[in-house]
Amino acid sequence: MEPSSNIIEVNDLRTSFFTEEAEVKAVDGVSFSVPSGKTLGIVGESGSGKSITSLSIMRLIQEPGQIVGGEINFKSDNLLDKSESEMRRIRGNEISMIFQEPMTSLNPVFTVGDQISEAYRIHQGLSKKQALQKSLEMLELVGIPSPKDRLKRYPHELSGGMRQRVMIAIALACKPELLIADEPTTALDVTIQAQILRLINNLQDELGMSVVLITHDLGVVAETCDYVAVMYAGKIVEYADVQTLFESPKHPYTVGLLSSLPRHDIDQEELQVIKGMVPSPTNMPEGCRFAPRCPFATDLCKEQLPTLDDLEDGNQVRCWVYSDKWDGDPEVNVKDDYGTATSS
Amino acid sequence: MTTELLQVHNLKQYFPIKGGIFGRKINDVKAVDDITFAINEGETLSIVGESGCGKSTTGRAILRLDEPTSGEVTFDGEDLLSLNKKEMQKKRKDLQIIFQDPYASINPRQTVRQVLNEAMEIQNVLPKEERYDRMIELLETVGLGPDKLDRFPHEFSGGQRQRIGIARALAVDPKMIVCDESVSALDVSVQAQVLNLLQKLQKDLNLTYLFISHDLGVVRHISDRVLVMYLGKIVEIADKKSLFDNPKHPYTKTLLSAIPVPDPNAKKEQIVLKGDVPSPIDPPTGCRFHTRCPFATDRCKEEVPELRQNENLMGEQHQAACHYIEEIESGEMQPKY
Repeated sequence: MEPSSNIIEVNDLRTSFFTEEAEVKAVDGVSFSVPSGKTLGIVGESGSGKSITSLSIMRLIQEPGQIVGGEINFKSDNLLDKSESEMRRIRGNEISMIFQEPMTSLNPVFTVGDQISEAYRIHQGLSKKQALQKSLEMLELVGIPSPKDRLKRYPHELSGGMRQRVMIAIALACKPELLIADEPTTALDVTIQAQILRLINNLQDELGMSVVLITHDLGVVAETCDYVAVMYAGKIVEYADVQTLFESPKHPYTVGLLSSLPRHDIDQEELQVIKGMVPSPTNMPEGCRFAPRCPFATDLCKEQLPTLDDLEDGNQVRCWVYSDKWDGDPEVNVKDDYGTATSS
Repeated sequence: MTTELLQVHNLKQYFPIKGGIFGRKINDVKAVDDITFAINEGETLSIVGESGCGKSTTGRAILRLDEPTSGEVTFDGEDLLSLNKKEMQKKRKDLQIIFQDPYASINPRQTVRQVLNEAMEIQNVLPKEERYDRMIELLETVGLGPDKLDRFPHEFSGGQRQRIGIARALAVDPKMIVCDESVSALDVSVQAQVLNLLQKLQKDLNLTYLFISHDLGVVRHISDRVLVMYLGKIVEIADKKSLFDNPKHPYTKTLLSAIPVPDPNAKKEQIVLKGDVPSPIDPPTGCRFHTRCPFATDRCKEEVPELRQNENLMGEQHQAACHYIEEIESGEMQPKY
């Protein structure tokens, strides 16, 4: 992949939280890139570090958290070298973010019009009148009915779906090159979710932006993303294009996640489960972090952490099974054997 | 021969809205508006729908956690709404509930032992000296070790806490359990564990479930029959297979098409609805879905559709509340997007 074709490249990002007892490594050496105009999905369960990754890109990590290492190259500049005032010019202008809960991320005491205008007035120095005119256009773009009237409304007067549209209008006001959407539809009903996902997709085509979509919902990933990074316990365990990830997942965690998902479109006998639970961040296993729950784990897995290695098709996986050092069954096929391995 | 364990007739649950300086009632939120259904012994009936459709309210009304406005609820041959408070409390021995949020539904100051003991104490299910053995047995049933008995809720993960909620419900040996979004707060890997547990318990203990959920994947997995609600009304009820393979109500079709499928190659036609769910304070006249329905006509605005079945198009237990099942099926009516 040409380096110039990526809008953002994250290298070995490390973000930790410092508590009295210990350093909690929420994001532990994460690297990925997003090709221009494409959508990267970051999936994982609670505590996998997916949200902290997105907040780190925006440099929105607060005490006691701290970015302790790595590089975030956005258009060839390292964001981690920027001063706070430089970052402020980038946020909401070149990189924007949408959060999960539209009620808490909108300011309840300002009207919708004020909040969208703010972006234009700060980043583009427009007058109040010009900014309001632009805001009106944005509300039309995100498909809010009677936008003129809605400009004067306060957030509590809008429904959840409408609030999320307003959030998107604010985020896209300055036509950012990169949009980071952190669980943008998790709080919404499915029929509204379908509206919002379609809206983000259409706007992406229209404005030519790149998107990083953080989600726990594999269905949303399959329908909206081009590439997928699967995170587990602060690390990326698999990176693949969306076709490959769903057709031939490589990492046992990805396989487990896909087979534990109840589906509405097909019949399943019994759900495969992933045994046990996510390890505590203060007490990480020494070797592969998934080893305690992995049905294929060997001594090697329990002792040594595998690296995120390139596969022949350009995708990446962090698992000993695919390396020369693998000391288990050489014939093992993670996807096909997962069911029998977990039940035995 | 299947027997109906629970029958709900014309159940209405209105919540008054008070306002003005004298706090008079100015209107009602019609959360559940005249619904009728029954659950057979040993089966799982799911209620699905989006926020505000009345699915949780229905569950709470059956248990009389809120007093229903009107209607009839018959459980095991007994009219629940005619019972006084004390009798109702006794009845809850047979009729338990597991809530959505395991963090909020268990007293944080009680150990697991106290939680389970309290449930048995209230219903007086076992003599004191036999309770300890029963508690250990319960913990094993839900997949927790006996060493967890004297722990507090904060020492457990979300999935484990939900298991404690299940153990508490089982402690009184119920006939039926209402599961109100019981797995919604859990991560998928843990959710699958809890779902499998619920299914195993049903088989072993011959439990009947009323399963309330917004997640149609979960519902397809666990249900025998499914009931779809929209704005306080039942729009469709059917056995699981018919509902997912042969939905008849335009709302059910939309709902199914809106769920993202975890398969990038899945070809499907997505129907994207316009607008939001209207307010249950002033629900639309006629069919409540007419404001968003691509097939709606003037008749839909005026006439409330009843649940009905068409023998040629639908299975025996399949009913939908739409005036135009036949016309939509034959293609005579086309959607207006």
